[in-house]
Amino acid sequence: MAEKLVIIGNGMAPGRMLERLFEIAPDQYEVTIFNAESRVNYDRILLSPVLSGEKAFEEIIIHGDGWYVERGIMLYKSHKVVEIDRAKRTVRSEHGEVAPYDKLVIATGSVPIVIPVPGHNLAGVLTYRDLDDVHAMLLAAKGRGHAVVIGGGLLGLEAAAGLQMQGMTVTVIHLMPTLMERQLDSSAGYLLKKALEDRGIRVLTGANTKEITGNGKVEAVRLEDGTEIPADLVVMAVGIRPNAQMAKEAGLTVNRGIVVNDQMQTSDERIYALGECAEINSTCYGLVAPLYQMAGVAAAHLGGDTTQHFVASQTATRLKVTGIDLYSVGDFAEGDDREEIVLRDATAGIYKRLILKDDRVVGAVMYGEASDGPWFFDLMKSATDISEMRDTLIFGQAYQGGAALDPMAAVAALPDEAEICGCNGICKGQITSAVTLKGITTLDGVRAQTKASASCGSCTGLVEQLLSLSLGGDYNPAAVQPMCNCTDLGHDDVRRLIKAKELKTIPAIMQELHWTTSGGCAKCRPALNYYLVCNWPGEYADDYQSRFINERVHANIQKDGTYSVVPRMWGGMTSAKELRAIADVVDKFNIPAVKVTGGQRIDMLGITKEDLPAVWADLGLAGFVSGHAYAKGLRTVKTCVGTDWCRFGTQDSTGLGIRIEKFMWGSWTPAKVKMAVSGCPRNCSEATCKDVGVVCVDSGFDIHFAGAAGLDIKGTEILGHVETEDEALEHIVALVQMYREQARYLERIYKWTKRVGVEEIRRQIMGDVEKRRAYFDRFVYSQKFAQVDPWSERVSGKDKHEFQPMATISLEAAQ
Amino acid sequence: MSVMTMDWVRVGGLSDIPRQGSRRIAAGHMTIAVFRTDDDRVFALEDKCPHKNGPLSQGIVHGDCVTCPLHNWVIALDTGEACGADEGKVARFPVRLDGDDIFLSFPSGEGR
Repeated sequence: MAEKLVIIGNGMAPGRMLERLFEIAPDQYEVTIFNAESRVNYDRILLSPVLSGEKAFEEIIIHGDGWYVERGIMLYKSHKVVEIDRAKRTVRSEHGEVAPYDKLVIATGSVPIVIPVPGHNLAGVLTYRDLDDVHAMLLAAKGRGHAVVIGGGLLGLEAAAGLQMQGMTVTVIHLMPTLMERQLDSSAGYLLKKALEDRGIRVLTGANTKEITGNGKVEAVRLEDGTEIPADLVVMAVGIRPNAQMAKEAGLTVNRGIVVNDQMQTSDERIYALGECAEINSTCYGLVAPLYQMAGVAAAHLGGDTTQHFVASQTATRLKVTGIDLYSVGDFAEGDDREEIVLRDATAGIYKRLILKDDRVVGAVMYGEASDGPWFFDLMKSATDISEMRDTLIFGQAYQGGAALDPMAAVAALPDEAEICGCNGICKGQITSAVTLKGITTLDGVRAQTKASASCGSCTGLVEQLLSLSLGGDYNPAAVQPMCNCTDLGHDDVRRLIKAKELKTIPAIMQELHWTTSGGCAKCRPALNYYLVCNWPGEYADDYQSRFINERVHANIQKDGTYSVVPRMWGGMTSAKELRAIADVVDKFNIPAVKVTGGQRIDMLGITKEDLPAVWADLGLAGFVSGHAYAKGLRTVKTCVGTDWCRFGTQDSTGLGIRIEKFMWGSWTPAKVKMAVSGCPRNCSEATCKDVGVVCVDSGFDIHFAGAAGLDIKGTEILGHVETEDEALEHIVALVQMYREQARYLERIYKWTKRVGVEEIRRQIMGDVEKRRAYFDRFVYSQKFAQVDPWSERVSGKDKHEFQPMATISLEAAQ
Repeated sequence: MSVMTMDWVRVGGLSDIPRQGSRRIAAGHMTIAVFRTDDDRVFALEDKCPHKNGPLSQGIVHGDCVTCPLHNWVIALDTGEACGADEGKVARFPVRLDGDDIFLSFPSGEGR
């Protein structure tokens, strides 16, 4: 029987611990997680890019919901644990959920410190800790008013830069005389202050907050010296405190944090603590590298390996503000036994300082140009005697040994143990051996295989250099991403050449464009097949062997190798006759599951491949055709009931949806296309998150496009307004044809739009009548060959070989 | 032990399988996937990806490999081994091509 492991908290440390634990002992525990936040595990280091708008939340998720499901983990979101009962060995959440444990891990992180000045609880005073704080700040930033950030440390400055990029006027108030005084010396702190001021951020150092004033809502911050700064938003980023209250109430030994031994066990050996809430040897940690180390030790111990111990190590600091390059590590206080080497270049804004003791590096601060930081850190960790290279040491690694100034040489010279990715503790040797042994050729490949560059991403440049070093000319990060490993050409080049050279078969493309493999691969063949289908309608014979199985057999393959079947229901409308026919098919073929889909269709799941033609035959008798639920093509047009029934409807949205669907079904597109038509701006068919959506209004039709509600979530862009149904159809068809002709295979409309630009698409479809008509005409022509119901074709015997085994044999007979 | 004897069973003709395609053989509890490459070589593997038992017969055949339709593992047809970073191996069966006729062989004693 699996032991019960309960984890309180779902941040980066327990996330990493679970990854390791599932590697070492996948079946040992039945895991339950209580998370006070309402979401999955995400990369907190990257909250600043989310605040500044440089990343979306989806990009910083570490474990999506599926990750938990696959591992059978019970994840309670928005469940704050309020009590640990050590006698009964249970925990209880505020919603009353009680979970028993054999082992318990406390990973409650930390809470931001709020300075108790008058007015600290006014509306508009925030801290900076999690995604909710980011959302609150983004909301406040919409007003474009004044923001005051209290605290000039790492977090405070990242918040200030982010809010400024969101359009706010920002003032930073810092108590100490220089910024980031724990990581920077006063010179670097000065340069940093200047750089921030150049961007328009006001920085007040040596400033003590006296009170926050306002009537119900924050209006200003008043300093000790009487200065008053207007503020619509105040962010307190003055530090964190381990969140150890619950552990204390449970009677565990708690100092500043929850006291643990070097194997992460608390004073109760069944209970572990890790992350920012834990305290080892009187120290609490807040940077990711030591937290990940704790995670590794805890996972090993839970998995039965008691040989691993936490060893405190120094960590480097980098500020994640775009355009500011800053690095600091070690100890840089002055002292009698210490020497220093300083390099200043005022014009270039560069400052570097090394602190030496007994001919060894003990600290480094770099501002403006920090690429040698990891090398200095390495010299420091290995306690290398630097007396030989002392004269040129400050110029960095490239200047050592008289070598030429080749940036690659610096990376090449790194020893295999040199740490490249600080977040995940990955060294050079691990990356190079993964590249050579596993044949990795891309950055993504390295990320998948080793996790290097997969957390904060600041080592991406180094990883890329290692790739080019190991692969020689085969790796060129600046070049276009090739379609796949069979060619150096990107999707756009291939599409252009298909047209220019009039290539009309897959073998012709591979021959003429110098494919390096004989028969392509599972990545390029479906793409080429689509490009040919799109480019040469009526001429190109679809190569079914180059299609993914779903499009080859016109049904969706499921995890057990059975298929699901979705008949078309135009605009989501159905009837008693249709429903009866579906019910009969379900009974006749013992179909185990029937489900209503998000696109207003009915899905029958668990049908064996052999049964597919017979199922289609019966559905066909009732008038059903394929719903193309498996296709990179037009899937569904969702509608509301519009003026037919709804008291708010402004137009016949159902009728328009059906008309669009009947016009466009059967067309192949680069990726799936989902549409919707709403009869009024209440938008019941959710048209504003679709690939193409129509919102009907009294005066006509608003056409939307480039929405997303899947991996990414994104509201649509407005294409434009038209007055009649005919115009709406023409514009939508032209838009989709433009997308068919230009997008890369598997690229959804919103991604294509991001690449091409909303303006350009609007210009061609709304502004240029001739272009629009030409797109429309080309679509209509290609539909002549595309609108054939694939199900009835197969009922009539096409591709019979797909559905029947070639032979049935008994193994006994074979002997 | 004596030398293992091999028995050859005809399972179909080359023209029954599309080039760069596959057909299934129902063999009791087991399903076998028979693949035909672009240059008319034939391979047989158990129809079960070492990753999550995906039906390899439904994958895209390219070069000497097939890509599993469920999670894109690439399996080498001649060895049954996973390519790239993935590790795993699927059972394979000897194939003999005599004119158009495809024969599979099963080691004797492996009845189930």
